[in-house]
Amino acid sequence: MSKENVLKVENVTMQFGGVIAVDNMNLEVNEGEIVSLIGPNGAGKTTAFNVITGVYAPTNGAVYYKGNKIIQNYPQGKMKKLYRGENPMTYTGQHAIAPTPDKITRLGIARTFQNIRLFKSQTVFENILIAKHMLRTSNIFTATFKLNGKEEAQMRRESEELLHLMELDDVRNELATSLPYGKQRHLEIARALATKPELLLLDEPAAGMNPQETLELTQFIGRIRDEFGLTIFMIEHHMDLVMEISDRIYVLDFGKPIAEGTPEEIRNNPRVIEAYLGGAQDE
Amino acid sequence: MSTKKKTAWNAGLIAALLILLFLLEQVMPSSSMLFTVLKKGAIYALVAVSMNLLNGFTGLFSLGQAGFMLLGAYTYAILTIPVEARNSVYQYFDGGIIQFALPVPVALIAGGIVAAIFAYLIGLPVLRLKSDYLAIATLGFAEIIRAVFQWDKLGPITNGSNLLRNFPSFRSVLFPFIVAGICIALIVMLINSTYGRAFKAIRDDEIAAEAMGINLAHHKRLAFVISSFFAGISGGLLAMYQTTIQASMFKSAMTYEILLIVVIGGIGSVTGSCISSFLFIACSEWWLRFLDNENLYIGGFHVPLLRPGFRKVVFAIVIMMVVLFYRQGIMGTKEFSIEGIANFFKRKPVGKKKKGGASHE
Amino acid sequence: MDWMSRNLPYLMAGISVGGQYALIAIGYTMVYGILRLINFAHGDIFMVAGLIMVYSTTVMPIYIAIPLMILVTVLLGFLVERVAYKPLRTAPRMSIMISAIGVSYLLQNLALYVTGGLSQQYPAIPWINDTVTLFGATTKRVTIITPILTIILVLLLVTLIKKTKIGMAMRAASRDFETSQLMGIKINSVISFTFIIGTFLAAIGSLLFFTNYTGVTPTAGAMPGLKAFVAAVFGGIGSIPGAVIGAFIIGICENIIKGLGWTTFSDAFTFALLIVILIAKPTGLFGEKVTDKV
Repeated sequence: MSKENVLKVENVTMQFGGVIAVDNMNLEVNEGEIVSLIGPNGAGKTTAFNVITGVYAPTNGAVYYKGNKIIQNYPQGKMKKLYRGENPMTYTGQHAIAPTPDKITRLGIARTFQNIRLFKSQTVFENILIAKHMLRTSNIFTATFKLNGKEEAQMRRESEELLHLMELDDVRNELATSLPYGKQRHLEIARALATKPELLLLDEPAAGMNPQETLELTQFIGRIRDEFGLTIFMIEHHMDLVMEISDRIYVLDFGKPIAEGTPEEIRNNPRVIEAYLGGAQDE
Repeated sequence: MSTKKKTAWNAGLIAALLILLFLLEQVMPSSSMLFTVLKKGAIYALVAVSMNLLNGFTGLFSLGQAGFMLLGAYTYAILTIPVEARNSVYQYFDGGIIQFALPVPVALIAGGIVAAIFAYLIGLPVLRLKSDYLAIATLGFAEIIRAVFQWDKLGPITNGSNLLRNFPSFRSVLFPFIVAGICIALIVMLINSTYGRAFKAIRDDEIAAEAMGINLAHHKRLAFVISSFFAGISGGLLAMYQTTIQASMFKSAMTYEILLIVVIGGIGSVTGSCISSFLFIACSEWWLRFLDNENLYIGGFHVPLLRPGFRKVVFAIVIMMVVLFYRQGIMGTKEFSIEGIANFFKRKPVGKKKKGGASHE
Repeated sequence: MDWMSRNLPYLMAGISVGGQYALIAIGYTMVYGILRLINFAHGDIFMVAGLIMVYSTTVMPIYIAIPLMILVTVLLGFLVERVAYKPLRTAPRMSIMISAIGVSYLLQNLALYVTGGLSQQYPAIPWINDTVTLFGATTKRVTIITPILTIILVLLLVTLIKKTKIGMAMRAASRDFETSQLMGIKINSVISFTFIIGTFLAAIGSLLFFTNYTGVTPTAGAMPGLKAFVAAVFGGIGSIPGAVIGAFIIGICENIIKGLGWTTFSDAFTFALLIVILIAKPTGLFGEKVTDKV
């Protein structure tokens, strides 16, 4: 594997019972890139995200982050018989690696959610401050007895800075869920950034936005990539946004990647057109 | 108001309260119901706040509080019974096997630690369970602990199902106030720390909290262990207050009572839990006591229905009213501000009749 | 044979108690299935049914008292739902659970007031209280009747749920509360009906249960209630066959433990069993697995 790989997904299959949601997925995201994952509804995009972020352990396959294997699994137990995916033997017998989502985040991979998940009883500022918790060096005693004053002050300062950068200062003390929809999306991204990630996974950041908001979001994503030196991997349905900012695009259909390439290549790919139009005819 | 000024205010208020209590003790007979309510209220305030830390702030619905209080109470009692009294207390078990006595503060803390250790071990398997299942599993554990402590074979330590007595107790109301006050202050400091924020994040959305790098298992276990530690200490205090203890006291009904206190005070409000525990104890033990009096006449009219037990019926109805019509409880998720606390104590001169309490509910 | 005749009473008692738990457990599991509510008051309604029987037999013959007791208990169950749970339909689940605890507290205190805290002698019901000999073991007839009656009632209930319109509505409501409302199901009558069935079975359970015991106390419902709930969770809450099987397993295990001379631990064992099953199979024996959508 080449060094600039930030994320590499290798032969990942996710099977629920008899249903294969992600089918032998292989993809790479390189440093500094914005890569989009597109595909019809139910193609397994969010499931792929959930595998990468540790919400689900894959049924088979491995995930690498900056060259290190962070997730690996092979069909075990009941799945041994049920497994219908590819490469069933590749990982068998190797050590299964199944980190919890918080470990993945601490490695430097942050994410947002398709259906916004903010901390609803907390203010905008507190939502960001909570994300700083994982960077603490204090333990429960030093934190309770306020012996971590310096660190606490730093957490607060950094959160303030982030709020300012995200243009959320004016709603600082509002309840997170009282914000308008677009701002909630911004806040969710800000909260993810507060964990100081290197790789940011965005799950449909423009869902439910109007064209104007989508345009703003497009610029916003480009801006944070440059300002924070991020690599971005996102799921998105708004083709304008995808075509505008993606360096590369992966297309998923029925859990299988059917195409990969630059926006130009994808736009003219007959298989992609078929998957989308075919899907439209069915519905 | 600046943080420093706030702290000064807080300290001043607490000092004033303690002095007031001290003075009251000098002028009023120690048999007054007021002191009963204050002592028991302080103990219940501590256990209610510890339960709130779990149910209100971390969103873990646990019903094991009575079990952890039992552990604290027994640890305290077993470690403090004077050596010379052991033969009469453990009369069926040849004086028991423990032949030393520890000082009161050490034994109280030991009670907390024993409860915390049990919580850690219980937490390993059960904290993976979700909401109702966690509630019923913790309730089950409390019942198991209660049964184990009544077991004859452990008699040399626990005195089986017999009473434990003769351990040191407290006379002044200041003692439970100071101990419970320190513990509650510690819990508040924890809630205001970065760990407290993480607990609240878990309560609001487990999946998002995990995605923010918060280790769920670790933090849930922390909250569970800390809550149980303080429940253990309150158990020790309860033992001191009651002067005798028995495992059969710590039924699930006790946990329900504490839960009701938490709910009436407002889930997610520390001051709410404190206020509501004093009101709860005062109502159930004191203010409604006249309802148990069969021979109550108003003018020449003999009030019907009144006889022992009626007080509890009325009390239960009041609680149902609160649950049905004041769902947020007294405080909701808010806390009293310092000015609010000042007003509260100004408004509620201690020792007055039921009006003051009732209007809060 | 000697071993058999020595241990058979425990086994029979276990099956009998299991049947009684099953009748209570169904009330828990059905309510949970629809409202996702642990109805903590259910055990106390069971206790109140016992008390109603005690008081009604002092003023009327037993053959009137029994139907009356069942009727009043069912009415109580219906009223509790209407007064204490219905207003909280849109409130967080925790509120309804607290309300259930409040009702339980109220019923216990009411019973304490009425009885003065004394254990009330349960009336001896003719015929079912007679002593019979089975396989060389002497027992009361109720011990044999209970499992048979339980199974008949459960079969009737399952038929009701599978075959009738209201049964179909109940299944729909337990599958998806909101959608079933949109489909025109009168959710309130379905819930009331569920409580009526649940309390009806609990009333019969109380008849069989207290016949075996000498008295009814205000807290007599707490432990059987809790155990029946454990049975429901054990079998996979929401599943009626699960609750019945769970109840029999718990009833039998508990009495075997008693037979071994570990009476102190008979209650604790029930909970230990529960915790083991929850850890091994978090949704019980027959429960469906639910996953959070991310």
